[in-house]
Amino acid sequence: MKDIFKHIVRLSLLLLAVSFVAFALVSISPIDPVQANVGQAAYISMGEEKRAQLEAYWGVGTPLWERYINWLSAFIQGDMGMSLRFNAPVSEVIATRAISSLALMLLAWVISGVLGFAMGVIAGAFRGRLVDRLIKGYCFVLASTPTFWLGRVFLMIFAVNLGWFPLGFSVPLGKSAADVTLLDAAHHIILPAFTLSVIGVANIALHTREKTIDVLESDYVRFARARGESSMQLVKRHGLRNLALPAITLQFASVSEIFGGSVLVEQVFSYPGLGQAAVTAGLGGDVALLAGIAVFSAAIVFSGNLIANILYGVIDPRMGKRKTSRLRCGSGDVEAASLAAVEGGDGR
Amino acid sequence: MTVNVNNRMADDARDDHDELGASEYHAHCHEHGIPHEHVHDGALPHASTQHEDAQYHHGHDHAHDSAHPHGYHLLQVENLGVGFTMYDPDAPFFRAKKIVKNVIEGLSVSVHEGEILAIVGASGSGKTLLADSIMGLFEPNATVTGTIWFDGESQNAESLARLRGNGISLVPQSVAHLDPLMRVGVQVEGIAKNGETADERRAKRERLFARYDLKPEVAQMYPHELSGGMARRVLLCCALMDEPRVIVADEPTPGLDLDLAVKALADFREFADEGNGVLLITHDIELALRVADRVAVFKDGTVVEETAVANFASPELLRHPFSRALWHALPEHGFCAEEAAAC
Repeated sequence: MKDIFKHIVRLSLLLLAVSFVAFALVSISPIDPVQANVGQAAYISMGEEKRAQLEAYWGVGTPLWERYINWLSAFIQGDMGMSLRFNAPVSEVIATRAISSLALMLLAWVISGVLGFAMGVIAGAFRGRLVDRLIKGYCFVLASTPTFWLGRVFLMIFAVNLGWFPLGFSVPLGKSAADVTLLDAAHHIILPAFTLSVIGVANIALHTREKTIDVLESDYVRFARARGESSMQLVKRHGLRNLALPAITLQFASVSEIFGGSVLVEQVFSYPGLGQAAVTAGLGGDVALLAGIAVFSAAIVFSGNLIANILYGVIDPRMGKRKTSRLRCGSGDVEAASLAAVEGGDGR
Repeated sequence: MTVNVNNRMADDARDDHDELGASEYHAHCHEHGIPHEHVHDGALPHASTQHEDAQYHHGHDHAHDSAHPHGYHLLQVENLGVGFTMYDPDAPFFRAKKIVKNVIEGLSVSVHEGEILAIVGASGSGKTLLADSIMGLFEPNATVTGTIWFDGESQNAESLARLRGNGISLVPQSVAHLDPLMRVGVQVEGIAKNGETADERRAKRERLFARYDLKPEVAQMYPHELSGGMARRVLLCCALMDEPRVIVADEPTPGLDLDLAVKALADFREFADEGNGVLLITHDIELALRVADRVAVFKDGTVVEETAVANFASPELLRHPFSRALWHALPEHGFCAEEAAAC
């Protein structure tokens, strides 16, 4: 009970801070929302009166505090405000965008998690061998590859040259929304999801590899080996069990990374998701939408970390009985927690 | 006859050395008049099955009940060397060449049936490497040379790996050697081998728990929930599950209070008295003198003297100056290791 209350307080503070930062950034941004949104020609030919009217509409000149308090009081009552750019309620914009975005991220998250974990365990178990070097090399190259560049390379290869996948968007162009099939959506999601997961794999595989090496060098694995367990039995009996905790931390901490990556990938693939909406809102001075998306994504990343925390208690017997037992805090916990803090950069 | 226990490249120079060692043993058994045909294939011949008390032989003094029922030692390590390939730490960083640093050199010890041999040496002096070598657990950059006989058979790296938990068992130092996320029961049971079923192993584990006063609930606990005394018995049960002939106990007593340490050693005594051997690796010479039959003094990567506990009665009976210094350092002899000569 006390824990739940604590998490709610933390989440509220986090959302408060995130939304305020969004407002503060928009207010100090040099972008003139009127100029950014009406277009160059219209802006020049626009009359003084019309311009003042639009400026009032976009809230130019209203002090930061006043705008923020107005937004906050409405938000607390459940009203996320109007997106001026999309001319629709923010909640509606987020809802439509979130579906395609979350599908993309979930796919990338699962693929990179499963693939990264498997590659990390294999590389760690065969440390120094050829397969390890191949996986490590692949990871180093990808970890230092910018997401947007890789996205373009994939577009060039798979969309332009091979023609396997469409160039962009989440549905075929010129098809009415009612005619769009699941297969169409799947066809459009593959390339961006692939790009996103290929990048995510590197990080997860390298971390898992390190953890695997730690576990295989631990005293308990050494003792199990001394008792006649073979390498396969060691990985099965002790390796996977002890790798589960760091893997969960990593996987849920990577939610934030996938989120960050999706902004870039959606931009490259013109994929109409939250990331793209966030970029539009930021460049257009649409502060309500930007704050709404920031709050929404912070909440998701926070829940990712929270889920990791809860799963910890379920999986690690040392966590549940912390108060009563003579616990020598396993270095794994501390490491995993600090890792999550660094990776997630929030929620804790 | 001599097999290199070598997990990487054979070091030629040391190979020669080993062969030298082996031929010495041939000479030795002729001296004692043992006809060569009595020697099993791969078995190290022995002078006779019974020895006088404290008789010096095979590089070691015998204890009262040291015996060789089959004409060989239960476990014998001859001329063991452990070296690590590393970059020369003294050379400038970019010019450092790979060198082999020998941590153990020319080490020989023997464990007889029914005896506890204590290897006594300072903490961090490489004693654990001896345990690792016997268990066939080598670091990838280690070069291990020498000869190990177990139950009359000469061993190599592969056969030592087969003996793990299958003739030779390790009793580790602490509960940190148990998987923290696995319940104690399944963990003690370990993996089924030699055609045993999981049920048979569970029944065996239950018998061992009963024998060592561990309640059935302990099986459901996780390692961090064990008390010091429980942990010690659990670790011993791990070893006994595999019905070993030799137990290698690597510092099994630190962290235990005196009562528990004495109990732990009594359990080892009982195991040895059933006709098995214990190699007790410890830095605690007092404890070693109390429970062991013989003591091997470990210094600078080798055993300088392997002698019966009885010889620690007086410094004149000890051969090596370091053993004498150890004797003088014992509390009852006034702690004055440095001024050993003056005492």
